[in-house]
Amino acid sequence: MDLVTAKKLNKDYTTGKVTVHALEDVSFSIAAGSFVSFVGPSGSGKTTLLNLIGCLDRPTAGKINVAGKDVSLLDRRSGALFRGQNIGFIFQDFNLIPVLSVYENVEYPLVMVKGVNVKDRRKRVMELIEAVGIEPEKDKYPDQLSGGQKQRVAVARALVTSPKLVLADEPTANLDTKTASMIIGLMKKMRDDLGTTFIFSTHDFRIVDAAEVIHTLRDGKLLESKQKNTEKKGEQNV
Amino acid sequence: MFKLVKIALRNLFRYKRRTFLTMSLITIGVAFVLVFISVTASFKSMMIGEITDSMLGHIQIHKKGYVASIDNLPLNLNLNQKAFNKVKQLLDQVPEIESYSPRIKFGGVFSNFVESTNIRLNAVDPEKEFATVPLLPSRIMNGNKTIENGEILVPELLAKGMKVGIGDTVVVIATNEDGSVNGYQFIVGGILRSVTGPGGRDGYIHIEDGRQILRLEEPEISEIAIRLKNFDKIDEVEARLQGKLGKEKNQQGQPAFEVHSWKQLTPFFNIVRMIDVMTFFIQLMLIAVVLISVMNVMLMAVYERTREIGTIAAIGTLPGRILSMFVIEGFSLGLMGAVSGAVLGSLALFILNAIKISFNFGRQQGLILTSSISLSDILTVSVIVVVVAVLAGLRPAFHASRLEPIEALRHV
Repeated sequence: MDLVTAKKLNKDYTTGKVTVHALEDVSFSIAAGSFVSFVGPSGSGKTTLLNLIGCLDRPTAGKINVAGKDVSLLDRRSGALFRGQNIGFIFQDFNLIPVLSVYENVEYPLVMVKGVNVKDRRKRVMELIEAVGIEPEKDKYPDQLSGGQKQRVAVARALVTSPKLVLADEPTANLDTKTASMIIGLMKKMRDDLGTTFIFSTHDFRIVDAAEVIHTLRDGKLLESKQKNTEKKGEQNV
Repeated sequence: MFKLVKIALRNLFRYKRRTFLTMSLITIGVAFVLVFISVTASFKSMMIGEITDSMLGHIQIHKKGYVASIDNLPLNLNLNQKAFNKVKQLLDQVPEIESYSPRIKFGGVFSNFVESTNIRLNAVDPEKEFATVPLLPSRIMNGNKTIENGEILVPELLAKGMKVGIGDTVVVIATNEDGSVNGYQFIVGGILRSVTGPGGRDGYIHIEDGRQILRLEEPEISEIAIRLKNFDKIDEVEARLQGKLGKEKNQQGQPAFEVHSWKQLTPFFNIVRMIDVMTFFIQLMLIAVVLISVMNVMLMAVYERTREIGTIAAIGTLPGRILSMFVIEGFSLGLMGAVSGAVLGSLALFILNAIKISFNFGRQQGLILTSSISLSDILTVSVIVVVVAVLAGLRPAFHASRLEPIEALRHV
């Protein structure tokens, strides 16, 4: 069953009199529970595509359906509600809240977004903290953590609400190779354990291999979609 | 809610120096306003007390039209016995009234047999007058603290100018309502200190002497001065008296009486109003200080934390929650400033009272300033500060809540 489907997605940015086509007629579908990577050089449209999937931006044309809902035209409030219920985010720069401890950062979406009661919250947060291996650091603040530890916290925060989908934009860009592999391994393990769909963008070919499905973008166009060990070209190629 | 407050407070103390400076500004502003309000209020109440308790009383009742020509002390606008009895009957039924004193007021010529000058005379019943204006005895600088028949209390500067002292014989000449001139000898029984400075020409004699000098065939009076048990009820009692006496008509069908509080009887009330206006402007300045400083801090906070706002919005935090987060920061900043300002202000007042600041008012030397502030004043100023802080934080908070997550996340 497809969790994400995109049909002829277009996204244009206009600055003054110049219009840049960030995405052109991009169509694809992503099955629930898959581990998908969008690859391509800088400026190829990876982040734009993730932003559209994550309801952070709206397409200029085309339709995008996430978890059975057309998210192309969600307003600010509906978009926030939808994200809070269905999507987790992992950012390149970790984006942890500096005034909150590790525990509180992971807890944040349960308090502020889902309104889960204290008892259930504590249980769920500790499960995730243990799962990503940062229990000893749970009382530390982000500025006391290494890059790898921060990204583990970000992974835990993204998963704490049990979202259907986790979007990770260049999650390993600020990490060394060893830590990057470890974070990718962690995300994959979480997918295996929890069945969450992971979609990440990267141009780091060291970690592309971990993906089960690889979509290649260039100049805003989807060049090819490869399934590991099974290459399928044609219908989504531009 | 608790989590929102916790996050707001942590964000405030994340930038310690900035928060401390802004809070200090609010603290000093609040403390200054509280001290100003307290000192001016103390000054006001002291001065009002001096004027009402030394000569005016809290409320006065006259025949209609008397106050308009009060400088002439018109004898033809005196209240006759029947009118006075009517008023007396009413006053005896008002429980808020502590005492009242009928007075005959008239102008005359004061002579020491060598030279003469003009004088304004108050003919009073000493017992009633002292109960109504209890500071009057303390104004008698020399002599007995009473007014006996045949004695006169002479204003200080007039006594000095005319070179008369206690026990001297003087003559007062007055014209009665018919136009005939009468003279009457008095013994100087006391010298009166002035209330408001040089120029005081009000002397006091016994009411019986007043009737004799004016050759009044029937008892009549110029005014009735009233003292209330509670000063704060002046407006209420004045309105009630006006309501009742306003119904009384003279033979021409016009209102027979007029009722005035001290506010309408002394120009000092304008000074009181000026002090109130100054206090208002000082409060406006405080509001401006709080508004600008809190708004500045909140604008900086939103600007510096734009990416964080983008992150929490991306995670699914609703715009209303983001708004609340920043509003609570403004509220907390205002509240902390208001509380510390109230503490500092109270401490400053305690010190001011401890060192006993003295000042002069008119001819009165060495009045001690006793500042105090009511809890309601502290609460009013604190609430104003907190409300203004919240309002100042609203604009930046609204801006934060309206940020598009995608734009906010791109912010560098």
